[in-house]
Amino acid sequence: MVGIKSYGAYIPRYRMNHNTIFSAVGFLGTFPAPGENAVANYDEDTISMAVTAGINCLSGMKREKVDGLYLATTSQPYMLRQNSAIVATALDLQPGMRTADFIGSTKAGTSALLSAFDAVKGGTSSNVLVCASDCRLSKPGSSQEPLYGDGAAALLVGSDNVIATFEGSYSVSYDFPDRWRAAGEKFEHAWEDRFIRDEGYATMLPEAISGLLKKYNLNIKDFAKIAYPGIYVREHGAIARRLGAEPGQIQDILLDKIGDTGSASPLMMLTAAIEGAKPGDKILVASFGNGSDALFFQVTEKINKLADRRGVEKNLASKKELSSYEKYLAFRNLAPMDLGMRGEESIRSPMSTLFRERQSILSLCGSRCKRCGTPQYPAQRICVNPDCGTVDEMESYRFSDKTGVIFTYTGDNLAASIDPPAIYGLVDFEGGGRFWFDLTDCDLDSIKVGMPVEMTFRRRYIDEACGVHGYTWKATPIRV
Amino acid sequence: MAEGIKNKVAIIGMGCTKFGELWDKSAEDLMVDAFKECIEDAGIEKKDIKAAWFGVHFEEQSVGKGATSLSLALKLPFIPVTRVENFCATGTEALRGACYAVASGAYDIALALGVEKLKDTGYGGLPGFRNLMGARNALIMPKVTAPGTFAMMATRYFAVHGLSPDDGKRMLAKVSVKSHHNGSLNPKAHLRREVTEEQVMNAPIIAWPLGLFDCCGVSDGSAAAIVTRADMARNFRPDPVYIKSLQVALSSGEELMYTQWDGAHVETGYRAGVLAYSEAGIKSPRKEVSMAEVHDCFSITEAVTMEDLQFSSRGRVKDDIEAGRFNLDGEQPIQPDGGLKCFGHPIGASGLRMMYEMYKQLQGKAQQPERQLKNPKIGLTHNMGGFPAMNVVSVAIVGL
Repeated sequence: MVGIKSYGAYIPRYRMNHNTIFSAVGFLGTFPAPGENAVANYDEDTISMAVTAGINCLSGMKREKVDGLYLATTSQPYMLRQNSAIVATALDLQPGMRTADFIGSTKAGTSALLSAFDAVKGGTSSNVLVCASDCRLSKPGSSQEPLYGDGAAALLVGSDNVIATFEGSYSVSYDFPDRWRAAGEKFEHAWEDRFIRDEGYATMLPEAISGLLKKYNLNIKDFAKIAYPGIYVREHGAIARRLGAEPGQIQDILLDKIGDTGSASPLMMLTAAIEGAKPGDKILVASFGNGSDALFFQVTEKINKLADRRGVEKNLASKKELSSYEKYLAFRNLAPMDLGMRGEESIRSPMSTLFRERQSILSLCGSRCKRCGTPQYPAQRICVNPDCGTVDEMESYRFSDKTGVIFTYTGDNLAASIDPPAIYGLVDFEGGGRFWFDLTDCDLDSIKVGMPVEMTFRRRYIDEACGVHGYTWKATPIRV
Repeated sequence: MAEGIKNKVAIIGMGCTKFGELWDKSAEDLMVDAFKECIEDAGIEKKDIKAAWFGVHFEEQSVGKGATSLSLALKLPFIPVTRVENFCATGTEALRGACYAVASGAYDIALALGVEKLKDTGYGGLPGFRNLMGARNALIMPKVTAPGTFAMMATRYFAVHGLSPDDGKRMLAKVSVKSHHNGSLNPKAHLRREVTEEQVMNAPIIAWPLGLFDCCGVSDGSAAAIVTRADMARNFRPDPVYIKSLQVALSSGEELMYTQWDGAHVETGYRAGVLAYSEAGIKSPRKEVSMAEVHDCFSITEAVTMEDLQFSSRGRVKDDIEAGRFNLDGEQPIQPDGGLKCFGHPIGASGLRMMYEMYKQLQGKAQQPERQLKNPKIGLTHNMGGFPAMNVVSVAIVGL
């Protein structure tokens, strides 16, 4: 039976209170809705968040079995160069696979998920990882700014050991021009909210959900949880009432906790719904964007066997307030920071080096000596163990899923950084191996020698002259 | 059986410019200044020099690649000139090249000259290290700076030896106070002001736990040496200074990639010291080395180097620092000229600048009487280039 085998989510550590935004750029007469948004750090983007959600989803799963990766987003860093292929490389997935980007609509997350179900059902793929991730840039002072949050969700689709079976779907598609962004544009445009709400949100979502109920002869009361985006809070509740659902059936829209995560939103809510589900529960999830996809699932006994993982719940609990709106603007390069002349030194983006060394740079794979067992990063041909020195007897060894401890560190005020001081250190990996890495999502005062860390995939730089978004692995205190 | 370099080569002339922010001097001006003093000191003519070694690190900041900038600046008459570069050991590598050339018997007289014009970058500190380590490393290593990488050694030293940040910083402050005192007496130094321990402790943090006064200056400068075969040396002057040892050790990768290194010392420093003492026939460095100029790019570097070179026992340098052992009037003066701390670190020149001080002290010609050490017998210079986890260290030992 085709369904979901595993889930994972990623919500950035930083949260910005709506009051912080409104006190900086709020218009006269407007007032903030209570709540906060998840805000990606300066070194995060759609790709990096998708990778972390993917890692969380693949925890305990066999990575070598994954033969498809779909990335859904409306904020992909690259227009040309497949974003999903970067995610797959970072996850160290084997190259004998299908990758695809699903873009252009907040419906893209469910589109990718439906395509994954089709691929597995049709027998062309066995295990497809679907990552939905959005890190949308809003114009300061815009209505999107307090609405949008950053985050990602990942679901592993397959036909064995499924924790929730995919039972069916119903879709509607309209060229609904609520929001749009033309090629080359930085910010999106939006039509009037009342138009979006009444002609789109309140019409198309119920149309898809009702269509699903009718198609499969279901009653709304059959569902333990019903999840659909809540970009208009009051209307979100009204839709539920019109459908005849009880308040207890409605999945939390997370709008006051992380904001609307765009294409990731339905998958994020589905993840949260599965986390709280018990065997036999039926779950309905619907997206909104140029129409709507409605999907329904039934949770299986296998849910009890899936090991504890980082879904929505754990990510929600782990947070730090970003109280400076100016800092947020710097993170998004909306208030460009002076990095000094040292920071302006040319960034080389040698693409042939990047490709040849992709295992080191993007997959964080080093080597392990078959003779003495010493893991080493980056990959060596001659064993670094001074008592070994064996030549060319190495096997690939992945460090990205290993934890480590901080061997030493510093907070550097001289290094060019968007969020000074630049914190970096040497990491000793559990199981062996040492290297130095930037440290991210941490504060200098909290870092100690011997502190446990894990690895996280991050954007290293944007080379505007060459149009390159470069990525790297950093260490971060283990997120509980 | 290899014999080593001991007593095969002598320095017969040296020159060293004033170091500092020399806005009105080009790298070529500095080369000419150092060379003028050097050749006058040696008492030879330019035509006597048969080969030259030239050290410069950030060639893109000033002179460009190759060695023609030296041959053109000095108008060397179609002799072999070789450019060397080995991070901060560049100046010592130039001297090593010249000494090996003479020791081999290929030439009678050779020149070593190092220069660096750091102050044309437009900002304080060294240029970024992004492109210094090669294309692949630029994509996998953090964007470190020199202070940051050495700060990590201080963090580690404090952790390994159980020093609180305050105690550790105070130990390091004493290192800088001592060097500033020495530099204040030296007209060729860049920074010539005394500082107090409290000033050092309260200075702005550059890279935690290192503050401004834990970091050496950034300067322009040049230094040069003329060397000849030991058996010819006394033909030129009565007090030539003999090379006892010239050693270099480079990281094997185990510090950065293997997990044995404790991060609280520089492995290459210890190894280069062992090699140098063996070559020079020194059994007890703490007793036999009269004075040293070591690579104090940061206060922590000098502190661990005292242990690496076996002047202090492991983890105990604090006792020696507090006892004043390394002060100008102490038992084993370190940085008698003020060190990198006060001279700054024009990379290609530093090794030869250190040797200039050893040479003058051994000859009893340390210009100012208050700077002159009493009858030093053996002098040592030490350069360390790169980062504590991956680097090159040179150790040179000289004596009368």
